[in-house]
Amino acid sequence: MSRNGPLALIFHTIFVIVMVAPILVVCLVAFTPEGFLSLPTNGFSLRWFRAIANYPEFIHAFWVSLGLGALSSFVALLFAVPAALALARYRFRGRDALAALFLSPLMIPHVVLGIAFLRFFTSAGLGGSFAALIIAHVIIVFPFALRLTLAAATGMDLSVEMAAVSLGANGWTLFRRVTLPLILPGVISGWALAFIQSFDDLTMTVFLAAPGTETLPVRMFLYIQDNIDPLVTSVSACVIAITMTALILLDRFYGLDRVLAGKGDTGR
Amino acid sequence: MSTAADERNARAPWALTAPALMLFVGVLLIPLAMTVMLSFHDWGQYKGIEPVFILKNWHEIATDPYYAEMFWRTFRIAILTTLLTALLGAPEAYILNRMSGRWKSIFLLVILGPLLISVVARTLGWALLFGGNNGLVNKLLMSAGVIRSPIPFMFTETGMVVALAHVMMPFMVLSVWAALQRLDPQIENAAMSLGAGPVTIIRRIIMPQIMPGVLSGAIIVFSLSASAFATPAIIGGRRLKVAATLAYDEFLNTLNWPLGAAVATLLLVALVLIVVGSNALIERRYAEVFR
Amino acid sequence: MAYLELDRVAKQFGAQTVVDDFSLAVGKGEFISFLGPSGCGKTTTLQMIAGFVDPTRGAIRLEDKNLAAIHPAKRGLGIVFQSYALFPHMTAAENVAFGLEMRNVPRGERAERVRAALAMVGLAGYEDRHPRRMSGGQQQRVALARALVIKPSVLLLDEPLSNLDAKLREEMQIELRQIQRTIGTTTILVTHDQNEAMSLSDRIVVMSQGKIEQIGTPQETYERPASAFVSQFLGKTNDFAGTIDRTVVPTQLVAGSWRAPAPAGLSGPVTVSVRPERIGFGDAGLSAKIMTRIFQGNHWLFQCDSECGPAIVIRQNDGQAQPAEGDAVRLTWRPEDMSVRARAGA
Repeated sequence: MSRNGPLALIFHTIFVIVMVAPILVVCLVAFTPEGFLSLPTNGFSLRWFRAIANYPEFIHAFWVSLGLGALSSFVALLFAVPAALALARYRFRGRDALAALFLSPLMIPHVVLGIAFLRFFTSAGLGGSFAALIIAHVIIVFPFALRLTLAAATGMDLSVEMAAVSLGANGWTLFRRVTLPLILPGVISGWALAFIQSFDDLTMTVFLAAPGTETLPVRMFLYIQDNIDPLVTSVSACVIAITMTALILLDRFYGLDRVLAGKGDTGR
Repeated sequence: MSTAADERNARAPWALTAPALMLFVGVLLIPLAMTVMLSFHDWGQYKGIEPVFILKNWHEIATDPYYAEMFWRTFRIAILTTLLTALLGAPEAYILNRMSGRWKSIFLLVILGPLLISVVARTLGWALLFGGNNGLVNKLLMSAGVIRSPIPFMFTETGMVVALAHVMMPFMVLSVWAALQRLDPQIENAAMSLGAGPVTIIRRIIMPQIMPGVLSGAIIVFSLSASAFATPAIIGGRRLKVAATLAYDEFLNTLNWPLGAAVATLLLVALVLIVVGSNALIERRYAEVFR
Repeated sequence: MAYLELDRVAKQFGAQTVVDDFSLAVGKGEFISFLGPSGCGKTTTLQMIAGFVDPTRGAIRLEDKNLAAIHPAKRGLGIVFQSYALFPHMTAAENVAFGLEMRNVPRGERAERVRAALAMVGLAGYEDRHPRRMSGGQQQRVALARALVIKPSVLLLDEPLSNLDAKLREEMQIELRQIQRTIGTTTILVTHDQNEAMSLSDRIVVMSQGKIEQIGTPQETYERPASAFVSQFLGKTNDFAGTIDRTVVPTQLVAGSWRAPAPAGLSGPVTVSVRPERIGFGDAGLSAKIMTRIFQGNHWLFQCDSECGPAIVIRQNDGQAQPAEGDAVRLTWRPEDMSVRARAGA
């Protein structure tokens, strides 16, 4: 029962096709049996997926990205959860300024962050190290971890906590047994969204990665700079598949609209 | 009268935010300050970076027309991208909002999902679609009779705008979508019962109410487009530089860090001014209506 | 002759019948309420009149013109929505002027009518306020002015007072009634609040599960409910199981130890409905025991355990001594204060 007219539906159809086309074409070209970029017209082949195995840089970069995403999102949550609880519960002087500071990585162009971190970590003697990447990624994923945790903490019924306190729970027990379980969906989604952001970042990471700590987007980007061949499409197809899986999981866990709505607001 | 509980309440938020605050000061504010400082340092092909305070880099950016052209190109691309996303994204959000439940959530997923898919992969898709003069897009446009001879997309601003608009579109749809959710579901019926036709409803009732959403979406899209790196680098190649790709070159190819830092600082300052300024304007304009 | 007529109107969403066989004739200037619990189809019926929902079957006629053929924008009905649906980007005056603008009313006349409409609802001087800066009651008045300024043939009110607090709601009820009386617009009110329906309307249409249970004046529906649903929905009531015994002369209606001459036309098992304020304590009648006694200022509320099941009794606080908790009493009422229906399933 759509209330849209035919013109609107035509517009919508074209819009959706254009939105999907570039992603679809990457996935299709990845299955080409030819040795050059082409749509698979003579049957599908997995040769370019097998070819990834002969290109250890991509495999290594994938593990770097995975470890980096998982670890930096986790570390970001260690800082973000207490901060979110403070921002959700208390009205104190400097609260707005703090919130603005914590969300500022969204407003600062990643190219600027990349340059700033490159300068900083080189001076600190950490240039090109995995540790430097982790710290930098903690900063850029922090706002996402904070937002979803904050949303969960704000929505939480405080009287539940008061009830727990009246029953004798306090401090760490209160947090572990009552608060954390209640905000957990937000925390997990915050982790997932942070992971995706870290996994996808090119602009900042391209400044910081050295051979050996190159992430998958960086490796793909450098590869494309030299030449575009079906290998990079099959790698991209894998990345798209991984993201889609994460998306579906996120949707099951939390509802994608809520995650994305949180994300949409952040650019302000 | 100050009780123990009051005191605890005053201290607790700071104790909870202290770790994050220290992290941000230590590894965000200090590096940013160092970058601003760096832009005032000297650099030579053989002597490297010299930690002195000179205005050489800023002077070069201010006087060399190459930088003016590059910044103008950066903002031109960002403005065109913003317009394109607004012109297409706002109607799409409206159409989406009028769909029935199941279709609505499916298409919302299809349109917003790409937001989370690697920018490199998405831009690669456009590079494949553009693919020189006989790329798929040109073939389609020519067979549909929209154009007679192929338009060059690769290594052109047109291609960059199209690919960037695709990358940024979800932000615009999302922002307008959020504004549409705040609309009273009966508002169109109310206007209709007073005698308004569909065009009047959109022009007089819907548009004014989603305008804040369009504008805040525009701010997001503009600031992300102006600082975009992956898409301009892949579609624009080495020839067509924007601020982000130029800074990248200065840092990793020419190794003139102070000049790159100056370009980055200028980009940051310009964007912060534009975003904060337009946010303030929007808030003032709509304060009366949407409080 | 009916001014607005609904003729066996029905609405189905998929397999679900939301409104069924709805027939009603509304006279010009009449104030009608559709009363029922949420989901009874009252709002859907209103929306069919407004044209936002198309009926699956049946016809709606206004002054003998078929409304289905007229686009909602051209029906010329005034509607006040539950959420008010004011245009937030327009001032109060601009909101009210919108309908006139759509009718190409000249600027001068428009301004005059807007001013008059806002004055009528007591909002003179609020012309330049935006809705977000007005209270709920004020927004409600703007919505009313906006609907009335176009001189609608019928005014449709969809739960217009449900978002106001109790005190304001009562004030608005009185005001709404006065305005409607003054300008004489035919009005249909959708509500789930029986007090609102009773204090405002000339006739009430009680609905349940898409069907009309009863159409009548407020007094009729209260005093002579046509069904168990109506008697339950319109305030507190006591339903006692009774029998009409036609083997004795004269025939008798018996409920426990209470008996009275039987009304004509019924026999066998029946349900006897009596409003709690019509029951008194006497020497003969239904024997009962007082379980709780609650003082409520101007009246006493007794919850009793009678031989025909639980019963509630309300007595005016007239200064007389009242029975206490645990007292054995006899419940009695005048035959004209009860309504008797055949008991289903017995």
